[in-house]
Amino acid sequence: MSATTLVLVAIALAALSFAYGRMQAFQVASKHGGMKSMHSLPSHYGMMVALWCALPALAIIIGWKLIEPTVISSVLDGSIPQEIVDAGPKTIELYKNDIGNLVDSDKISGIADAGKKLAAEKLRGLRHISSVALMILALCVAVVGASLALKRIKPNTRARVTVEKIVRFFLIGSASIAILTTVGIVASVIFESLRFFQQVDFFDFVAGTQWSPQTAIRADQAGSSGSFGAVPLFVGTLLISFIAMIVAVPFGLLSAIYLAEYASRRVRSIVKPLLEILAGIPTVVYGFFAALTVAPAIRHVGESIGLSVSSESALAAGAVMGIMIIPFVSSLSDDVITAVPQAMRDGSYGLGSTKSETIRQVVIPAALPGIVGGILLAASRAIGETMIVVMAAGLAAKITANPLEAVTTVTVQIVTLLTGDQEFDSAKTLAAFALGLMLFVVTLCLNVIALQVVRKYREQYE
Amino acid sequence: MNKSAQEAFDNLTETVGDAQVDKPKMRTENVNVFYGTNQAIHDVSLDIGNNEVVAMIGPSGCGKSTFLRCLNRMNDTIPSCRVEGSITLDGEDLYGPDLDPVLLRARVGMVFQKPNPFAKSIYDNVAYGPRIHGLSSNRAELDDIVTDSLKKAGLFDEVKNRLDAPGTSLSGGQQQRLCIARSIAVSPEVILMDEPCSALDPIATARIEELIDELRQNFAIAIVTHSMQQAARVSQRTAYFHLGKLVEVNDTKAVFTNPQHELTENYITGRFG
Repeated sequence: MSATTLVLVAIALAALSFAYGRMQAFQVASKHGGMKSMHSLPSHYGMMVALWCALPALAIIIGWKLIEPTVISSVLDGSIPQEIVDAGPKTIELYKNDIGNLVDSDKISGIADAGKKLAAEKLRGLRHISSVALMILALCVAVVGASLALKRIKPNTRARVTVEKIVRFFLIGSASIAILTTVGIVASVIFESLRFFQQVDFFDFVAGTQWSPQTAIRADQAGSSGSFGAVPLFVGTLLISFIAMIVAVPFGLLSAIYLAEYASRRVRSIVKPLLEILAGIPTVVYGFFAALTVAPAIRHVGESIGLSVSSESALAAGAVMGIMIIPFVSSLSDDVITAVPQAMRDGSYGLGSTKSETIRQVVIPAALPGIVGGILLAASRAIGETMIVVMAAGLAAKITANPLEAVTTVTVQIVTLLTGDQEFDSAKTLAAFALGLMLFVVTLCLNVIALQVVRKYREQYE
Repeated sequence: MNKSAQEAFDNLTETVGDAQVDKPKMRTENVNVFYGTNQAIHDVSLDIGNNEVVAMIGPSGCGKSTFLRCLNRMNDTIPSCRVEGSITLDGEDLYGPDLDPVLLRARVGMVFQKPNPFAKSIYDNVAYGPRIHGLSSNRAELDDIVTDSLKKAGLFDEVKNRLDAPGTSLSGGQQQRLCIARSIAVSPEVILMDEPCSALDPIATARIEELIDELRQNFAIAIVTHSMQQAARVSQRTAYFHLGKLVEVNDTKAVFTNPQHELTENYITGRFG
C-alpha cells in the first residue's frame, strides 16, 4: 500500500469513527437522561473520536516517511561492493542512486552486474517490509486511538474544548504556512543578493549609471567585465510608472466620483463591474495590445508630426499599464467616497452649496486619505508590473525622461537575466535577485504607507 | 393611545390654536408631504415669525423633521419625496419655478442632529459658506466673518488659539456650536435646527440653549426637539405634531400650562410618547 492510499484509508477511518462516535454519544446520553446531561454536542464527541483516530496515524505516517530513506540507506550499506566503498562517498551516493532508479523503474531483471542485482533486490525487499510495517502500525494506531476515544464518551468529558483547541492549532498552522512561505521567499532573495554583493560593490549597484550585465563565460572572452549600475533601470521603471499614474489617476478618480455621486443605482451596478473587468484581463493580453496596437499607433502619429518615436516606447507601455490600473484607483476611491457620511453632504447642502461644490470641497477632502491609499496601491502595482513592459517597453537601459524612447525596467531585466540557460553562480544571474530585492523593498514601503493611510482614514469615521 | 385619544385624533380636522402670526418670516399653508405613496405630512399650516423660536415637538415618526426639511428644500435630495401646498419665505414661493434651492439654503440655514463638521480646520469650516457664496473680497474680511460667527456661536474664546486644528478634534458640544457658527457665517434669515442637542450632554445642551435665545435677536428659528423641557425653555411658540398632523400650536406657556387638545395634554403630561 502506498503512502497516499494509506492517508486516504486513515481519513476514511476517521470519517467512520466520527459517525460511530456521534452514535455512541447519543447512546451514552440516553443512559444518563438525555442530551442535556452531556457536556458537549454529539458531533463534538464524534469529532473527538475522529481526531483521535486520524491524528496519531497521520503523524506516524509522516514521521515514518521522513526517516525511512535514511534507515534503508544505512541498512543497504552492507551490500555495497568493496571497490565502490573504496572509491569514496560520492561514488557510493551515485551507486545508491543508480540502484534506487533501477528499483523504481522495475528493471531489476535486466541488470547484468550480479552484485548490483543483489543490492537492488535487497532494496526492494526492504522497501516492501517497511511499507507493510507502516501500514500495520498506522492502522493499529488508528483503531486503538479511536477505541480509546470511544471509551471516553462520558457526560463529563469536555469534548468540545478538546476539539476546539485542536481546530485552533490547525488554523494557526494554516496561517503560518502562508507567512513562512513569504519569509522563505524573502530570505532566499536576501541570501542570493548577499552573494551578488560579494561580487559587485553595493554602491556601484545602487548608484551606478551603466547597466550591461554581460560577464564572461570563458576567460578569453571579449567584453567580459560587465557593469551593474541599476540607476537606468529604476529611471525606466519610474518613467513608465509615472506615465501609468498620469493615465490612471485622473480617469480612475473621475470615474469614481461619477459612480459614487452621480450615477443612478442601476448604472452603477452595471458600470462598476465592467470597470473592474479591466483588472481581470491577463497582463499578457495588455502586453500585446501595447506592443502591436498602441506602440505602432503612437509611432505613426509621432512621425506624422515629425517626431522620432522608437517602435518600443515608454509611452506605449505606460499608457496601457495606466488603463490596466484604472480599476485599482476607481474601485478603492469609489468605496471611500461612498463611505463619507451623508451628514457631511447634508451639512454642505444646508449652507447653500451646489452638488459640485460639495463634492470638490467637502467630499473629496474628507475622502482624500483613502484615495491616496488607493493611488499608492496602484503605484506599487505599476512598479511591479512585468508582462506589459517586457512586450512593449524595450530593452535599452538608458537614463532618459523622453517617453518616446525605448527604456527598460527592473522587472524586464529580471526576466531577461533569468530566462534561458544561465550559470547560476555568475554575477549576471545573481543580479536578478538583487534587483528583485530592491523592487520588493520599494513596493513593500509603498504598500505599508498606503495601508497606514487607509487605516487612519477608517479610524476617522468609525 | 387610549380610545378617547384615538377618537380625538381621528376627528382632528383643524389645528387647535393660532397657526398664523402677523408679518411672518415663513408661512406654510396646507402642506402635504409624500414619500412615494406614503403620506408623511397631512395638511400642515404653520407660521414662523421674525425674532421668535418655534419649537416642534411630538413623538418619534410624527413628521416634525420631515416638515422642517421642507422649509429649506433639503427633502429634494430624497428622490421619492414630493411636497404639496404652499411654503413662502417673505412672500416668495419656495417651490416656485424661479427659486433656486441652492440660493434658498443660503437664506434658510440648517443645523443637524449629529454635529457634522467638515474634514477641514475650524477656520475653514466656518469660512466654507462665505467662500462659496463670495461674501468676502479679501482675507481680512473673511477673518472678520469667521471671528464674528464664532463669537456669536459662543465658541471663539475656546478655539481662538487653534483655528487651524481640525474641526473633528473638538468635543461634541463644541462641534455642534461650530456647526451653528458655520450656518451663521452665511448670514441666513432663518435657522432650522433638527434636534441640535440630542447628541450632547446636559452642560453642552445648556450652552446651546443660551445661544439659541441670543440668536433670536437676529434670526427666525425653528427647532425640532424631543425634550419638552427644552421646548419650554427656548421657544416662544410650540407646535405639537402627531402622526403627520399638526395637532396644536400656541404660545409655549399656554401649550405647557393649559393644553387645549387631549392629545397634546397626554403627550406633555407623559401619558404616551
